[in-house]
Amino acid sequence: MAVGGRPFPPGDYDAVVVGSGPGGLQASYFLRRLGVRHALLSADEGPGGMFRRFPLFERLISWTHPSAEVPRESREYEAHDQNSLLADEPELRALVPAHLAEGARRPAREEMAAALAAFAERAGLEARYGCRWEATRREEDGRLALATADGEYRCRAAVFAVGMTEPWVPPIPGLELAHHYVHVDRGAARYRDRRVVIVGKRNSAFEVGEALVRAGVRELTLVSPRPPDLGRLARSPLRPWYLTAYDEHVRGAPGRYVLDASVERVERTGEGHRVHVLDPARGPFALEADEVIAATGFRAPLGDLPALGLATVLDGRLPALTPFFESVTLSGAFFAGNVTQAAQGLRKQGTASLSGMVCGFRYNARVLARHLAETRFGVTLERPALRPDDVVAYLLSELNGAPELALQKGYLARVLTVSASVLRDEGILPLQAFVDGGQDGVAATLEFDEQEEIRPALYVRAGGVLREALLPPHPLRRYEAAAYRAELDDLLRPLL
Amino acid sequence: MAAAPVVERLAQLALFADLSWPELEAVAHTFEEEVFAPGQRVLRQGISGGAFYVILEGEAAVVIDGVERARLGRGDFFGEITALLGGAPVADVRAETLLRCLSLPGSQLAEFLLERPPVMLRMLQAEARRLRDANRWQ
Repeated sequence: MAVGGRPFPPGDYDAVVVGSGPGGLQASYFLRRLGVRHALLSADEGPGGMFRRFPLFERLISWTHPSAEVPRESREYEAHDQNSLLADEPELRALVPAHLAEGARRPAREEMAAALAAFAERAGLEARYGCRWEATRREEDGRLALATADGEYRCRAAVFAVGMTEPWVPPIPGLELAHHYVHVDRGAARYRDRRVVIVGKRNSAFEVGEALVRAGVRELTLVSPRPPDLGRLARSPLRPWYLTAYDEHVRGAPGRYVLDASVERVERTGEGHRVHVLDPARGPFALEADEVIAATGFRAPLGDLPALGLATVLDGRLPALTPFFESVTLSGAFFAGNVTQAAQGLRKQGTASLSGMVCGFRYNARVLARHLAETRFGVTLERPALRPDDVVAYLLSELNGAPELALQKGYLARVLTVSASVLRDEGILPLQAFVDGGQDGVAATLEFDEQEEIRPALYVRAGGVLREALLPPHPLRRYEAAAYRAELDDLLRPLL
Repeated sequence: MAAAPVVERLAQLALFADLSWPELEAVAHTFEEEVFAPGQRVLRQGISGGAFYVILEGEAAVVIDGVERARLGRGDFFGEITALLGGAPVADVRAETLLRCLSLPGSQLAEFLLERPPVMLRMLQAEARRLRDANRWQ
């Protein structure tokens, strides 16, 4: 395959995966396990994707607990380790804890990058590095053709795992004077004793703020229209360990301000900047700053796909996706990795998926690979039959232990279907796909209720009629008592 | 298929007609934008926990037990009844064209309206019109 040392020469493939970050590697891994012939292309010089550059300062917000009580090779350990990629082979699993510094519970950027490189190497995942996807067109036979500097790749399914790390800046006059997060100098020392305004109050804003507080910033102001949503921590992307600046603001520390106001414009003033803001309650005022940082978010590098008909959301930042991560308008264009957060699922109670993190999209990649293999490439997936007597115990064990359900709450579900009186295990699927499908069966998931309590939920469709049932919460999240068994017995009776 | 910034499209909707630009920006930051393919369901009959939606672009059908009862278009909103009263929707809302909506988790709607009385009044007027039209045809 590797003629001249580089794998995947231009030509015809069943599928092409673009990107060698965690999303691309995970998608490629599962496609290969399922026997789908594909090329893996990457503009980078090696694996790692966003973790070759980000996060800039802080450790990740997702946990890896090296000392968890369950074996690292087990499926149960996945819930203790949000950062490793998945694999069928025990020796490829849980590679992040092995790369963590002593005592760390959240990986640093370099540790993530090293774990991903180890995964690619041990799994023998080849990629054509230094090969940038540049343009796209639709062939007459419906296939997509991806142009690169090396030549053209034609395929029936393109999987774009291109991350979401291009800077996005809202159209505020003068904001182009600010450094975007992605361009902030890692040597935060330049901010020592300076006055810094950060536009934005989401994760990246607080992450930079945290680093600047440590670097000895004199005055730090975070400003954006929307208040930080600390009351909904279970569903918030903000995590407490970035919140020093917020904590100091609330308690009145000098030079620490977190403001809810819209930014009207930014102007240069001699050596520094003036940021004009408007507080709807108090009117306009100005912030003087030596430096302005735009932590205003990111966009996926979608290239020319929108011109080909790809519908987008969030001011063009993300593609609009089906539950199986295909563009809603551009057939054959699939997405893996961070961008799968655009497939929102049912969003009950507003709960967002964790698809913007490795712990969410690693499962999405398996769902996607299975879906592609079956629907596009004629692979027959196993759907083991279940004995009716075993169904309740099986679903309870999934509700108690399945990492997919624990991590992708209300988004992924264990799905069983019934046909000709036989119950079959469909595997882990997007809950939305079952709810909006038509087949009789049951989907088991965990979800947040209105009070942010985590509860087991069952969706049972019998005779074409769908019923939703939320089971009671348990203080230790153990859904094993006789009451749970009895309730499942009741709910499943129409199916068994 | 890139669209104008959300905040500009918000400014054109009757529901938000009384809000100032910074207030509209705050609304744009508070709502999520979602796009649905034709045939996709947005609200689901009998499934709780749904959101409140405002249509930015496209057309949706209100479907009860498989029978279409109404059509919704740009500027129309739905999901407010279960958001305000609890329970599960009594109808499906299904995208008929490519449908672009703004959404707010149902549990946040009451607080959102209390903070913005002009939006609450606009919504009340819309509900009153629906009630008047329903009475007229009985």
